[in-house]
Amino acid sequence: MNDSIIRVESLHKSYVNGKNALHVLKGISLDIKKGEMVSIMGASGSGKSTLLNVLGILDNYDSGSYHLDDIHISTMDETKAARYRNKYIGFVFQSFNLISFKNAMENVALPLYYQKVNRKKRNNLALEYLDRMGLREWADHLPSELSGGQKQRIAIARALISKPKVILADEPTGALDSQTSAEVMEILKEVNRSGIAVIIVTHENEIAKNTERIIRLKDGIIESNELNHSFKLQELEAN
Amino acid sequence: MFDRDRWQEIFSAIKQNKLRSALTAFGVFWGIFMLVTMTGAGNALLNGMTEGMKDFATNSGFVWTNNTTKAYKGFKQGRWWEFDNDDMEAIRRGVPEVDILAPKLQGWNISGGENVVRGLKTGSFTVNGEVPEYNLIDPNEMVYGRYINEMDILHKRKVCVIGERVYEVMFDKGQDPTGEYLRVSGVWFQVIGVAKTKNPNIQIGANKEEVVSLPFSTMQQTFNYGDRVHFFGFTAHDGESVAETVEKVTALLKERHSVAPDDLEASGHVNVEEMVKTMGYAFLGISVLIWIVGIGTLIAGAVGVSNIMLVIVRERTKEIGIQRAIGAKPLTIVGQILTESVFLTTIAGFLGLAFGTLVLQLADVAIKAAEAANTSDQGTFFKNPEIGLPMALMSLGILIVIGFFAGLIPARKAIRIKPIEALRYE
Repeated sequence: MNDSIIRVESLHKSYVNGKNALHVLKGISLDIKKGEMVSIMGASGSGKSTLLNVLGILDNYDSGSYHLDDIHISTMDETKAARYRNKYIGFVFQSFNLISFKNAMENVALPLYYQKVNRKKRNNLALEYLDRMGLREWADHLPSELSGGQKQRIAIARALISKPKVILADEPTGALDSQTSAEVMEILKEVNRSGIAVIIVTHENEIAKNTERIIRLKDGIIESNELNHSFKLQELEAN
Repeated sequence: MFDRDRWQEIFSAIKQNKLRSALTAFGVFWGIFMLVTMTGAGNALLNGMTEGMKDFATNSGFVWTNNTTKAYKGFKQGRWWEFDNDDMEAIRRGVPEVDILAPKLQGWNISGGENVVRGLKTGSFTVNGEVPEYNLIDPNEMVYGRYINEMDILHKRKVCVIGERVYEVMFDKGQDPTGEYLRVSGVWFQVIGVAKTKNPNIQIGANKEEVVSLPFSTMQQTFNYGDRVHFFGFTAHDGESVAETVEKVTALLKERHSVAPDDLEASGHVNVEEMVKTMGYAFLGISVLIWIVGIGTLIAGAVGVSNIMLVIVRERTKEIGIQRAIGAKPLTIVGQILTESVFLTTIAGFLGLAFGTLVLQLADVAIKAAEAANTSDQGTFFKNPEIGLPMALMSLGILIVIGFFAGLIPARKAIRIKPIEALRYE
């Protein structure tokens, strides 16, 4: 009926700490279309991480509404939240967050383990995704034996394996040097081209420039929400 | 169901800190080890005690006379009284609860000095008068020959059954004594058997190895005991209480001998049934104590496991957060923690069980060796230290339950971690 994947209307969220209530999100409304690539920018304390947590169903909100793929996401129990996260959302973190005692292939396959896919099937699929990331020969290595760029590519493969509708990336290049950052952004763009919406939280203009739309947050409200024209040009050049 | 990913996580957690895991496991190991060895020792004590009396008729009692302490029917207090053959008849007729009745004579006055002679061999032994029925109350194993029988009693035959020690002193090793003669306190008796008691831990009167048993009737006549009965043993019919039967028997006897019915000092008795019961309670007490100590130690171990699981949950807060973010349900996490806790306790407990059993086995071998080396025939008070299969299975069951409960608190803590907080956790 409509083509939004994420629709947020006048979202409010505050953290209560004893007697002090910290009002973090003060009425956020935004609409992200299927297959869009959006960056959320803002200084620290602007509420961008909180927004990402709400969008990722890692945290709940106080008022307003949030629709993910036309499903109204309200306060729900953890089991249900876990199922939605597993089905709709892929996470990419700044610090990669790979499980240290699992090798690359097992890390990629982990979301399917929680879907109770059998081991052989999920490992084969994981190898396929590693292949797409160019890391097939690293399948047996533990995270500690890999470079930062490799780890982030594995994390992206892990986010993709459950075929999500949205990728939420929290400072995905924050721990990487500029060249690896560029590589990771290239991969995210490729992911986006396959039709998956990608939302990147960042404070680097270099990264934001690579996205279709840039949403700037300031003190819990949206300061600006505009299309990024240079991105269209890049796309044209690429084609 | 073998879930490889789950076990991978468990082994990685254990391997990450081997010493800590080992120390934690040791608490549980020690608990179950204590439980096993102490129960085994308790069982050994029980075995040792009952081994020496297991064939003794447990529904039996013994009754004897003392000086009276009350004046009654014209008799002054302090009078000596004795049972006689007619009393036995009267009991048989008047107290239907009595099943076996075995009057006994104790030849104190003929047992002094070197009273038993065979050729150049002499010995000092107790002489008792017995009826065949006594062998049903306090059974003997016949090393040679037979026990006293009805014909011996009826014909007042001059025959005797000797204890093992008597045989050792009076005969050469390996010699068949049956048909040989012994001079017992001046009278010749033919040996008809050598008796070895099956109940060395119960002594009635004299040391059973150093006794020469004569037919009751022969002894009464030969040594001038007339129709006197020194004391007697009896068993109650199935379902009858020995205590009540003793009451009835003594009441009857006191009436027959004009002893005050309320003169409690005038007769004495042993109630074997009561003794066995009391001993049963003592052993019950011992095993309850063992279980309390064992379970207490196990709980201490479990608290250790619980504690360490809390530390593990804390250490893995971030990992748990990641797993939750990519779709692990709370139940998956709880299952993980509980499996880990149960696994740790069960493995440690199983080792404790195995080690405890090994110690008991070694103790058993040592006891058997000591028994073999010990030439005296005194029964040991410690025999077959062991725990049964049900006990072993039960302790394993307890371990699993304990592991489960030890994991509960950490598991609850783990699911209370919000994924978002866990991801922030550094």
